[in-house]
Amino acid sequence: MDVDNSQRRMAAYMRDHQDKVVDRWTELVVAGLRGRSSAAEVRRELEDLYSLVTRAMSGPDEPADEQAMGELRAALTELSRSRARNGFTPSETALGMFALKDAVYELVADSADLVPDYLAFSRVVDDLGLHTFETYAAAREQIIADQAEAMLELSTPVVRLWDGIIAVPLVGTLDSARTQLVMEKLLETLVATGADHAVLDITGVPTVDTEVAQHLLKTVSAARLLGAECIVSGIRPQVAQTIVSLGIEFGDIATKATLADALAHALRSTGQKVGPA
Amino acid sequence: MERVPILKIGTTLFVSIQIDLQDESVIRLQEDLAEELAATGARGVIIDITAVEIVDSFIGRMLAMIGSISRLFDAETVLVGMRPAVAITLTELGLSLRGVRTALNAEKGLALLNGSA
Repeated sequence: MDVDNSQRRMAAYMRDHQDKVVDRWTELVVAGLRGRSSAAEVRRELEDLYSLVTRAMSGPDEPADEQAMGELRAALTELSRSRARNGFTPSETALGMFALKDAVYELVADSADLVPDYLAFSRVVDDLGLHTFETYAAAREQIIADQAEAMLELSTPVVRLWDGIIAVPLVGTLDSARTQLVMEKLLETLVATGADHAVLDITGVPTVDTEVAQHLLKTVSAARLLGAECIVSGIRPQVAQTIVSLGIEFGDIATKATLADALAHALRSTGQKVGPA
Repeated sequence: MERVPILKIGTTLFVSIQIDLQDESVIRLQEDLAEELAATGARGVIIDITAVEIVDSFIGRMLAMIGSISRLFDAETVLVGMRPAVAITLTELGLSLRGVRTALNAEKGLALLNGSA
């Protein structure tokens, strides 16, 4: 069986029944999207896709139109990207393409001689569906990566508390990547401001396990190498209990319950005094 | 091999490392410093590593050893001006230089020595 011929026959058939198929296709897709896009909008999108599909399966002159296939893939890429960004589920996105098979099948179901042609067409749609799915997944991955990066940037501010005293309010779980970033920023700020006391506030760190403690200790000892003293503050009662039951030793690192206590401690050891005016 | 000069200022020996540290130059520095400490009876050593961009485990260990040697002469060692990248490297190598004191810059290092003297 000649696949190119089947595709061409199918394309011709689909061009003949364009309105009917697109109507049915739109109906199926709109039902699947549960009212998040208007029928007119979906129809416009699908009409473009439909003409690209028929052109890709057979151009007017040559059997398979490479350029139309490229355009079709680009259009699908764009479509599934925007679906991914707008929070559609994977099945809703893929359904857009696979529903075309149903729409066409309903037409050819009665004519047995079109079955081989339909199979060739079905293979093309499957390919396109997979392509849709792949782009959808890639777009999602991209969103997640962007968000992770943004979060990393957002969550590591270094603030100046007092003359010679800086603070790092840590929010979120400390992993190696976060620790690395926090450490770099802290050390750079120490050098830039000439501060010799740093407060690591872990109020926003949900749990402190051995790994998190390890990261904290690393940061403290790096700061010590620069000649700055670190104070760990924001230890909540539950966290204190966990630390003790895990047997984590903070050694000679000063730990305080609140940022205010840590600031008072740092002020004392720098010989500064703050009192009522 | 390049040598690192050792300057005596009052009762403090001042060493500013301005070269790419090679293993031999660090060993040489350690020997020179020991001799200088014995000869001058200095009470403190300031090692300025502002210009040092790369350290390895050997150099880290030698710096710690310099600290231990100075203590034998009853002198305190202050390492000043360490770059953040160097500090991160040393921490990753597991070297915390326990016997050596550190300060952000030479001025603070001197204050540390004078305060503790």
